[in-house]
Amino acid sequence: MVETQFRFRDDEPVGDPAVTVDAFGEQTNAAAVRLETGEDARVLLPFLDRIRLVEVEFPGFMDGRGYSAARILREAGYDGELRAIGSVFVDQLGHLRRCGFDSFAPNTPLDPVDAENAFNRWPDVYQATGDGRQPIWAKRHG
Amino acid sequence: MYKYDSYDQAMVDTRVEEFRDQTRRRIEGTLAEENFRPLRLQNGLYLQLHAYMLRVAVPYGTLSSAQMRMLGDIADKYDRGYGHFTTRQNIQYNWIKLDEAPDILADLAKVEMHAIQTSGNCIRNISSDQYAGAAKDELIDPRPYAELLRQWSSFHPEFLHLPRKFKIAVIASKTDRAAMRLHDIGIEIVKNDAGEIGCAFYVGGGMGRTPMIAPLINPFVPLDQLITYSEACLRVYNRYGRRDNKYKARIKILVHEMGKDEYTRQVEEEFAHLLTQGIEPPIAELERIIPYFADPAFDAAASDDLDLSDPDFAVWVKNNTVAHKAKGYVIAVVSLKPVGGIPGDASADQIRLMADLAKDYSFDELRVTHAQNIVFPHVRKSDLYTLWQKLDAADLSTANLDGIGDIIACPGLDYCSLANARSIPVAQKISERFAGKQEELGELKLKISGCINACGHHHAGHIGILGVDRKGVENYQLLLGGSEGADTSLGTITGPGFSEDGIVDAVEKATNVYLANKEGEERFLDTYRRIGMAPFKEAIYG
Repeated sequence: MVETQFRFRDDEPVGDPAVTVDAFGEQTNAAAVRLETGEDARVLLPFLDRIRLVEVEFPGFMDGRGYSAARILREAGYDGELRAIGSVFVDQLGHLRRCGFDSFAPNTPLDPVDAENAFNRWPDVYQATGDGRQPIWAKRHG
Repeated sequence: MYKYDSYDQAMVDTRVEEFRDQTRRRIEGTLAEENFRPLRLQNGLYLQLHAYMLRVAVPYGTLSSAQMRMLGDIADKYDRGYGHFTTRQNIQYNWIKLDEAPDILADLAKVEMHAIQTSGNCIRNISSDQYAGAAKDELIDPRPYAELLRQWSSFHPEFLHLPRKFKIAVIASKTDRAAMRLHDIGIEIVKNDAGEIGCAFYVGGGMGRTPMIAPLINPFVPLDQLITYSEACLRVYNRYGRRDNKYKARIKILVHEMGKDEYTRQVEEEFAHLLTQGIEPPIAELERIIPYFADPAFDAAASDDLDLSDPDFAVWVKNNTVAHKAKGYVIAVVSLKPVGGIPGDASADQIRLMADLAKDYSFDELRVTHAQNIVFPHVRKSDLYTLWQKLDAADLSTANLDGIGDIIACPGLDYCSLANARSIPVAQKISERFAGKQEELGELKLKISGCINACGHHHAGHIGILGVDRKGVENYQLLLGGSEGADTSLGTITGPGFSEDGIVDAVEKATNVYLANKEGEERFLDTYRRIGMAPFKEAIYG
């Protein structure tokens, strides 16, 4: 299992390994699930009250489906851990965070200074994405 | 014109820093080219055949003279003294050094410009009607809505790694001058029966190897739901657009394969959900943007009189000016298509001259058209002759707007690493061959692409030319009957392709068929639509 390199939560991490979506349906006590590339986040919505960790797999830099998956989960009220795993790179971190990811387990560990810069790059944002940041239009008309 | 506030400026400045940091990591080697590539593309930086190319965004095609002047200075400072205006109303420079790219972005930021998302699989520069705010036939100025969409689409975290590039156009007149239905999303601002303003959404158009005309998916989205509806359209695409084959990854394929009705159903479902999420800027934000696009201070006493005694001027007025909504004013178009020239190219001196002329004669404003020309949107008729004389002295008075010499051409194999054939030499030869027949042939839109990706819009040309590679030799196919206007249609291939010289002869044969069959005031396209392909085929291959 790849180590979580960045985590923005205070609660105790889930100890059990995440199971696949198929296995999750059968194991009613599982609290951690892994969405593999292309799997529909909506299948998890009926089970959000018992999930404490969702891992979303990124197969490569260019595949952006995981960003929508994260927002769908957050918009449905999921407040457990949401972890980006796989091909996760420095220049995605800020955007992943904005879509609701709060932990990151890249295949290849990232330079901590570069990552710190990436997380804190944007002083303001143009869109409301449910991450709690006030968009520029809200500040303009505060 | 829109002016940045401190927020907009900070966003662009931050992007410059980010890109400087990415470039540093690339040069140091900690950022692999494989991962740098999508990042540099989202900053408009391509690696072409001979050098890097930088594409600079001109949102909805509108420029101030200060911005235009900077574009000229950049051409001198970082390129070889010229720039190339593109079919996305942008400008690109073909001879850029990687380590200087961040400095160019910093210079651009000084005049509220950038290269954000001018390439890559993300939402690209929002295009619009080049005559917005000046045209007689528009409902309202579409640019405030384009600016609202520009801000929403800039660095939208969910949509930076879409299946493929994504192009949006916004218009507000029935005469479509922006090829709106050939976009991933085409938005037409409309008025409903109750007199309210809203947006008609056309989704799933595009050119490329599978050209499609976008179907209407929602005839009226209220203005205070514009962003939410756009986000719903994008989310369905991001989730379900094909990622297994880049040639089938555009939204047009999704809409086609899923079916317009099913795509619309999913968008509406997503839209209903997103309406509960509070992602729409308040209408006050639109109201903040709109006054930036208010009319300049037109002189109500300006005269409509125009002295046309100079015959060269008279031809230019006839071909290169368009009616303006204000009395005593006119829209003047500078053709960047001199006989034998490279379509869309302008020298640094020409760019700066146009900047100065816009300041003196067009309320400080210019436009770039998707036909790769430059517009002075608000010229007082009493200034028009002086303006023309100054343009004429700088080789900028070619009177061929929308004629056979006003060719749209992609950069082709002279620059582009995707091209199969050269476009520019074909454009130059056609331009030379028909230089004397401009008036006789009237409106005839000729468009050339050097590969199937269709950057030169060949599908939408009255005459289209597509360069292909045939067993290692450049070969050119001829298409007839395309159009990009309100009567959008896709051209049909005539038959087997031609050599570089053969295609020029074939175009001449096609125009001869037109001249022999033309009735009354028919344009080439009208005659083609009336008599069909057969007589053309016979003349070309018979």
